Amino acid sequence: MSSPTPQYGPMFDTDELVINMGPQHPSTHGVLRVVLRLDGEKVVDADVVIGYLHRGVEKLSESRSWAQIVLLTDRLDYVSAATSNVGYCETVEKLMAIEVPRRAKYLRVILSELQRIASHLLWLGTHAMDTGAMTVFLYAFRERELILDLFEEYCGARLTYNSMRIGGLPQDLPPSWDRKVLEFCRIMEGKLEEYETLLTGNRIWLERTKGVGVIDGAEALALGLSGPPLRGSGVRRDVRKDEPYAAYDEMEFDVPLGVAGDTFDRYVVRMQEFRQSIRIIRQAMQGIPEGPILGKVPRLIKPPAGEVYHAIESPKGELGFFIVSDGKSMSPYRFRVRPPSFCNLQALPRLVKGHLIADVVALIGSLDVVLGEVDR
Amino acid sequence: MADVNVAPPAGPPDPPPPADLPVPAAIAGLQLAMPGAILALSFFVGDWTVVVDRTAILDVARHLRTASGAAFDICSDVTATDWPPRPERFDVIYCLFSTTHGQRLRVKARVADGDPIDSVTSVWPAANWLEREVFDMFGIRFSGHPDLRRILMPDEWQGHPQRKDYPLEGPGELLLENPLDWLKLRQARDEADIE
Amino acid sequence: MVELVLIPLLKIIVVLNATLLGVTYMVLLERKVIAWAQSRLGPMRVGPYGVLQPVADAMKLMLKEDITPARADKWVFTLAPILSMVPALVVYAVIPFGDQVHLFGRQISLYITDINVGLLYVVSVTSVGVYGIILAGYSSNSKWPLLASLRASAQLISYEIAITLTLVSVVLMSGTLSMVGIVTSQASQGVWYAFIQPTAFIIFFIGGLAETNRAPFDLPEAEQELTGGFHTEYSGMRFALFFLAEYANIIVVSSVATTLFLGGWLRPFPNVEFLSFLGVVPGWCWFLLKSFVFLYLFIWVRATLPRYRYDQLMRLGWKVLIPLAIANLILTAIVKVALA
Repeated sequence: MSSPTPQYGPMFDTDELVINMGPQHPSTHGVLRVVLRLDGEKVVDADVVIGYLHRGVEKLSESRSWAQIVLLTDRLDYVSAATSNVGYCETVEKLMAIEVPRRAKYLRVILSELQRIASHLLWLGTHAMDTGAMTVFLYAFRERELILDLFEEYCGARLTYNSMRIGGLPQDLPPSWDRKVLEFCRIMEGKLEEYETLLTGNRIWLERTKGVGVIDGAEALALGLSGPPLRGSGVRRDVRKDEPYAAYDEMEFDVPLGVAGDTFDRYVVRMQEFRQSIRIIRQAMQGIPEGPILGKVPRLIKPPAGEVYHAIESPKGELGFFIVSDGKSMSPYRFRVRPPSFCNLQALPRLVKGHLIADVVALIGSLDVVLGEVDR
Repeated sequence: MADVNVAPPAGPPDPPPPADLPVPAAIAGLQLAMPGAILALSFFVGDWTVVVDRTAILDVARHLRTASGAAFDICSDVTATDWPPRPERFDVIYCLFSTTHGQRLRVKARVADGDPIDSVTSVWPAANWLEREVFDMFGIRFSGHPDLRRILMPDEWQGHPQRKDYPLEGPGELLLENPLDWLKLRQARDEADIE
Repeated sequence: MVELVLIPLLKIIVVLNATLLGVTYMVLLERKVIAWAQSRLGPMRVGPYGVLQPVADAMKLMLKEDITPARADKWVFTLAPILSMVPALVVYAVIPFGDQVHLFGRQISLYITDINVGLLYVVSVTSVGVYGIILAGYSSNSKWPLLASLRASAQLISYEIAITLTLVSVVLMSGTLSMVGIVTSQASQGVWYAFIQPTAFIIFFIGGLAETNRAPFDLPEAEQELTGGFHTEYSGMRFALFFLAEYANIIVVSSVATTLFLGGWLRPFPNVEFLSFLGVVPGWCWFLLKSFVFLYLFIWVRATLPRYRYDQLMRLGWKVLIPLAIANLILTAIVKVALA
């Protein structure tokens, strides 16, 4: 890290190796490509190349009706579709000043937190897999399956839910769904212990994660990190607390924080977030009010002219929607997503500098990026 | 699905704030420090927006980052909108958040096609990729940006997809009419790279 | 003629086939055990409970297209898988699977040969195997395999020393380099060396994991880092050779560990009289059982632990294992002299 060109004796002629990691590589989580300049196995410089999954969602949305865009948001962060749905619907509701019924707000909280657990489980599995712990991967997917089943029962889909409507939700809870959710929370708490047994105290895991990719709070803020990577550096920033949306202002939960800002702290923060999510789900399940699930929404959704930005806390970080309506046409004039994965990925070249290839893999995992959201 | 009969809008409404609404301290501080830079103020569904002069954007950014009443330490988003009939057709929009005061602010600057705007990467390093994306999608040049390359589209891409005059189906002459030639061109270039 | 040529030849054929069969079923065993550890079923489709899966795998690998990259060093590229497979098989020549048995009116020893430098032979032949990996990485003319081969050579240097030092302490105990001699001396001293040489035993096991490139030391083929490592560019049967060589090596390490530390074919507590009913089980069964324990450990470790990083692996080798092994060796020598 100290000197980019190491000093060797005069008889050795050394050269840097430029190597392409991705877009087809087992641990770049999709189609991320990182061009690494290596000195031995040490990373001298990294250039992140993205765009392989660019589908033009923002451009496409300018010719889709407001209700159709919910479906496009599913495909942004495809492991966390429900939170993207919430983010988009709330933005439009803010623009049109629609009052969402309280029951719908509670359901949104429940679905978002279930989704957060599912997304974090996928992160945990792949992150552990990247460092070679293959069993955690299978365990994490086993529990994720339970959440997908819950979602399937609720809206019929397992990955891209399309589970929100502007003004509320498409349907109420299926019978005895609430009991299953609580049962899941009980199971999940036990399984968390299991993951922690395999990883948290494991010497190899500690050696692989502690002191890797350290970033302090000020720099993390400056680089635009959000979500668990930012909180891992000790910055208390959570959209659910700072700018409460849905029914989060009525929920009681803690914001777990890291201290050192390394890969281990980001891991610990997410492991704590599992528990907080379970806590929120239990509260929401207990306090869920009766009532309608869809607010008063005009049959023809045609927001007034204006601009609006609204952010939510997706499992990856601050997911923002910036929407411009011209008040005349049936679709947004401009539809912009502030993708947390994109902004978090920006820190990767800074994080990997001076580390080894094995750490690059661990760091990509610890930032938890989903390329569907990075490339849009 | 865009309605053909309706004339294209010439800009966002940017409704001015109601007279009885107090201006947040951050904006008041900016008005005091740089009265000439602020072109307009706007308030809509709870969001404050400041429209500033394009040439003053870097000073405004620095002030908003450092002034104690503002302290906008998170640059959430940098994006743009395209209003083709307007002479200064682009709006470059900065979505800011302050962790100390817990408030948001949007800063907006109007840019004509071909005019550069100062990069704010020196103030918020987070703007690096976001500005690259704006450059990629709208073709707005950010002067002083350390690494202004395309980010989502391929490097050899022609045109800027998010502009309103760019067809949704993509550049017809390149992709639709003779896709094979285009592929061949690409391949030849790739092979030359390998050699 | 029969004694000199036919019987050894028959033994070689039996051992070779048994080994290859064992290796293919080792793959199945690994998949099954890891599957159980991960609460899933593993292969279930080919044959009952997937027992014919190795056959299907072999068929698939043999029918696959064998690709040589255009810019590879073709000779070395072909040589590399052979170079890693052959040593793994040749080692079995000195491994004693059992004592003597009566077959067809003849006294037949259950090992191919017993040479007086058996252990030295094992050490030297197994260390040739890593050249296969290094050459594979070099000849592929590709960057990821090159990194893998660099890792492999670094790993070899650090772990070969530690392992060899532990072997020396065993030799000090037994006073012979012959594999059969080491087992018989454990019988005469009445104790398995694992109990009087626990440090050497543990170092040997850890070093064995590293030597065979197994998790948590599977750096040369770390799939998540190096896209498959040294065999990235290999396909078809050549890839299968690497694959088989890895498992053959695991069996070799297990067999050597059984021979040196767990008393080879001896029943547990060979000098305790009232346990003599255990002698009903033939020696080679004890040998296989003990080796199986090792194989299971290898798989268990893989299912449980994350992977070490390159520099941490080197640190562990040079700063922990080698000093420990040297200290153990010196201590053994002192005790040995003092007792004598």
